[in-house]
Amino acid sequence: MQTFFIVAILALGFLITFQIAKASEYVAVLRGEEQSRKQSNKVNAFLLLAFLVLGLIGVYYCNENLKGKILGEAASDHGVLIDRMLYITIAITFIVFVITQVALFWFAYKYQHSDKRKAYYYPHNNKLELIWTVIPAITLTVLVGFGIFYWFKITGDAPKNAMQVEVVGSQFKWEFRYPGKDGILGKKYFKNITGDNPLGQIWDDPANQDDIYIVGEPMHLVVNKPVRLVIGAKDVIHDVGLAHFRMKMDAVPGTPTTMWFTPTKTTAQMKKETNNPDFVYEISCDQMCGQGHWSMRGEIVVETQEEFDVWMVQQKPKYLAVFPDKDPAKPKTDTVAKQATTVAVAGSH
Amino acid sequence: MSETIHEHPGTVTHGAAHDDHHHGHHEQSFITKYIFSQDHKTIGKQFLITGIIWAIVGGLFSVLFRLQLGFPGQSFPILETFFGHWAKGGTIQPEFYYALVTMHGTVLVFFVLTAGLSGTFANLLIPLQVGARDMASPFMNMLSYWFFFMASMVMIASLFIHTGPASGGWTVYPPLSALGQASSGSKLGMDLWIVAMALFVVSSLLGGLNYIATILNMRTKGMSMTRLPLTIWSLFFTAVLGVLSFPVLFSGLLLLLFDRNLGTSFYLSDIYVAGEILPNEGGSAILFQHLFWFLGHPEVYIILLPAMGMVSEILSVNSRKPIFGYMAMLGSLFAIAILAFLVWAHHMFVTGLNPFLGSVFVLLTLLIAVPSAIKVFNWLTTLWRGNIRLFPSTLFAIGFVSLFISGGLTGIFLGNSTIDIHLHDTMFVVAHFHIVMGVASMFGMFAGVYH
Ligand SMILES: [Cu+2]
Ligand SMILES: [Cu+2]
Repeated sequence: MQTFFIVAILALGFLITFQIAKASEYVAVLRGEEQSRKQSNKVNAFLLLAFLVLGLIGVYYCNENLKGKILGEAASDHGVLIDRMLYITIAITFIVFVITQVALFWFAYKYQHSDKRKAYYYPHNNKLELIWTVIPAITLTVLVGFGIFYWFKITGDAPKNAMQVEVVGSQFKWEFRYPGKDGILGKKYFKNITGDNPLGQIWDDPANQDDIYIVGEPMHLVVNKPVRLVIGAKDVIHDVGLAHFRMKMDAVPGTPTTMWFTPTKTTAQMKKETNNPDFVYEISCDQMCGQGHWSMRGEIVVETQEEFDVWMVQQKPKYLAVFPDKDPAKPKTDTVAKQATTVAVAGSH
Repeated sequence: MSETIHEHPGTVTHGAAHDDHHHGHHEQSFITKYIFSQDHKTIGKQFLITGIIWAIVGGLFSVLFRLQLGFPGQSFPILETFFGHWAKGGTIQPEFYYALVTMHGTVLVFFVLTAGLSGTFANLLIPLQVGARDMASPFMNMLSYWFFFMASMVMIASLFIHTGPASGGWTVYPPLSALGQASSGSKLGMDLWIVAMALFVVSSLLGGLNYIATILNMRTKGMSMTRLPLTIWSLFFTAVLGVLSFPVLFSGLLLLLFDRNLGTSFYLSDIYVAGEILPNEGGSAILFQHLFWFLGHPEVYIILLPAMGMVSEILSVNSRKPIFGYMAMLGSLFAIAILAFLVWAHHMFVTGLNPFLGSVFVLLTLLIAVPSAIKVFNWLTTLWRGNIRLFPSTLFAIGFVSLFISGGLTGIFLGNSTIDIHLHDTMFVVAHFHIVMGVASMFGMFAGVYH
């Protein structure tokens, strides 16, 4: 019903505009063309001014109304830098925006055609032009300076104590791998990929034998502990988009990429802050990757070190799942837990 | 417009058909006059009309996918009547949505705003404004249109095949676009897309070379380069950008075609798709992005520069003043054209690009804001103390400047790699380029048509 009304209103509006246009055409014929051109010039000039005022009010109105829809404070150290850069840029561009838009529409209104005035012949003024070359140049130097400073901070090497997690995208899911107690992600080769070995790990590499593979479940991270993501893809380009951390990096088949950041708020904290008991950190695939692209998401749980250790204890290396007889702790269940604990502790340091 | 042709009716067949007082062909059937015409004005109109048709088609695509955006998952039974299994149960299916978005982008960027804009106005205005009788090579000019027409036909054909048209985004990044297994839009539709674009590149090269040759060699007496109207200058830079960058796209697409059909590995490496391990190793998916954006960024200016040029003239004529700072305007056009080639990787900040290289591209990208700012201030000063006739063309020109300000300022966010980490691949980007190169150039086009 509502749709019907909208369509009806649009059609009516169109009809009215059309009729007004037609009527004004007849009036123009009656009045003489020069006269009506002058008249419409005045109307247009006024409308330009009205457009400016309404437009600026609209800018304010939209800002007020949509305030609550933005993501809220960044949940990572790099996110804070990115937000700060964003606000610096908003401040500077907003000033430029207002000055230039007001000048544009004000001039168009103020200097509308009039028989009493003649246009002022003003072909150039080098001094003036120099001024508005130099001022934008200086402003941009500031923006570039801040931008590159933060950029190097964000893309620089990860701290030594960062934990590593591998993220692999494929149509249309995310898989994760933790390096296990040795802290090293084992080598892999894509031709090894089978149902049992979804990442193509090379089992002969001892570094692989304690790696923990996770699929269909959230990635777990420790709050206030830097994490370095090693990102890859199996089929087409995907993108690890972490809106709450303000981070993003493409997952490219054949070319591993990395990014690091430090999550600063646990999931529990975010639930409280956002007043949303269902809050989860989301990994959204931000690069068009095929027909299921829209559904390609993963989750991240940020928790305290203790909670993380408890979770890690329950994980078992993929190697042992594939070769159960290599599992030294197989017969006795309590040693499984014991071994996994050491894995967790090592993996987290 | 075609009155010049009507002045010579009848069936004169003397040998002086090409002397100084006559131009065009004397005996013209409907076909040579309107269809395979070599007259620059007719060709301009052909480009305009084809562009308008494409604009309507591309606009309808966006209406369809916005139905899904505005009312996610809702059923519109009428859609199933028209589109069958693409809109099963009246709901726009994901593959349909992606195909619509892809085709909307391709059609609007290339077929409407490149061919429709510079094809129309370069053909119509260059000979008139430099004082030449026609283009340097009217025949090449005709070919330029007909290659564009063929490109259009192939692209339209791709809409009607069973597996659907290309649907990996207008940027057609491989491996998605290289692997038929990865998406149904990457099957035959993608091959047709590449063929259509190749024909399109040929068209724009034939046109561009012609525009450059005409502007350089066929100016009338007294029309020195620094007296050329800014419109002509902007069309000149547009043509230069096109001639230098479209071949790079062409080679990129050619390699993609090889990867698709001949088993090469230019863009493919380490791929396991649809349960199958592919033999390709050693390629780089990112290579394509470099080749694509080496055209892709200048393409923005190929679209925008003609609009800038026309707006300069329309504002100056209708405020009854000369354009403020002609040389500065010219200089900034030149600077923009040069910088256009040096910023392509700002589309690739989050592809794992070397951070140092990224910082260089930040610097060069934000540098473009300087000539852009000069242009805005000069337009404002042109209006200042003028005696402004607010014709529809003036209104569109003012609208262009307003949009260019908004679009340019949002570019300062995206050109800054730090902010781009967050904004990349979001609707902010979509909004930015729609304001600055979509709507603004559309306004420039309207302004030009009304003028
Ligand atoms: Cu994806
Ligand atoms: Cu660009």
